[in-house]
Amino acid sequence: MTAAPEQIDVLDEAREQVLERGVGLTEAQVLKVLELPEDRIPELLALAHEVRERWCGPEVEVEGIVSLKTGGCPEDCHFCSQSGQFPSPVRSAWLDIPGLVRAARQTRDTGATEFCIVAAVRGPDKRLLSQVRDGIKAIREDGNDIQIACSLGMLTQEQVDELVAMGVHRYNHNLETARSHFPEVVTTHSWEERWDTLRMIRDAGMEVCCGGIIGMGETLAQRAEFAVQLAELEPDEVPLNFLIPNPGTPYENYPVVEGAEALRTVGAFRLALPRTILRFAGGRELTFGDLGAKQGMLGGINAIIVGNYLTNLGRPAQQDLDMLEELSMPIKALSQTL
Amino acid sequence: MTYCSFCGKEEADGDHAFCRQRLSAIDPPRYCRECARRMVVQVTPDGWTARCSRHGQTVSRP
Repeated sequence: MTAAPEQIDVLDEAREQVLERGVGLTEAQVLKVLELPEDRIPELLALAHEVRERWCGPEVEVEGIVSLKTGGCPEDCHFCSQSGQFPSPVRSAWLDIPGLVRAARQTRDTGATEFCIVAAVRGPDKRLLSQVRDGIKAIREDGNDIQIACSLGMLTQEQVDELVAMGVHRYNHNLETARSHFPEVVTTHSWEERWDTLRMIRDAGMEVCCGGIIGMGETLAQRAEFAVQLAELEPDEVPLNFLIPNPGTPYENYPVVEGAEALRTVGAFRLALPRTILRFAGGRELTFGDLGAKQGMLGGINAIIVGNYLTNLGRPAQQDLDMLEELSMPIKALSQTL
Repeated sequence: MTYCSFCGKEEADGDHAFCRQRLSAIDPPRYCRECARRMVVQVTPDGWTARCSRHGQTVSRP
């Protein structure tokens, strides 16, 4: 008679593999973490926090974002209230240059080191790139030295080169969800097209910011698949959003991700991506409330978007800054990023 | 008559508890309270502006 193989606990494995050696979990391991019972979540978060401290340090990166061009997007991302293909109440709007400069100043005043300029487009046209160029110039002329990131959809090589020349240091382009689930979420372009843009960004020397949205009908196995696909990309930053079921979108009646499930996801993504900036992004207000946000910050997160998002509102920036102070988490200084 | 600035329906018509919850948490107004027209809304890091083509602009409180 042979003895049954001893079951190795996934958090014990993670302690040795991720915490000690800095090697992210495999897809199978991430899935095991996502399936942990609720009473083990505190243990998971404590480990994820240790991993974050060991491999990223204690600082928290603070960022603000603004929508330069809102609504009227030709793509059909089912989660997005800015798609022109759904009966969403969001109307098209352009932010002018003085408005962009003010938004960058508001962000800088919070102590943030990152300001991301976002447009709801498939990819930028000449008008949009010109607006971005003029906006960056005006922000600098305002005496604001904040790091500028952009999120303008899919790019050509020429556009990547233009953004580098403008001094854009990081580019956000989310894969949104697992490759196997993407066709359920978007039909007007492919996961691979997004991947191609990300490779160009990386090859051009810009930092890569790539994350997604949890709660779009993906299975736990697909969530694990997504975490590992992100790890393969080796992004500098992963923004983690939780679905906001916005009116008029195909996902308007989807349930808000439940807090415990979201915390498990935060911990699992940290263990898959030990060295990456893992940012709390949209949806955390609905999913976590105030208490959960703290738990997330103590469970592997090391960056936040402060203030409002693109079409939804966030907590007042000061509330998050007070939370960081209460948690004794230093805000990453601009001098550390230059 | 006034309209719900989250869903655009008459305030007196039905229960708007969910709408109020969203407006107090994560949503700027989307519909004009006076005429229910969809407004052009710009969200910025510390506020929002909402413009109705007939009733003008509303700005978030600081």
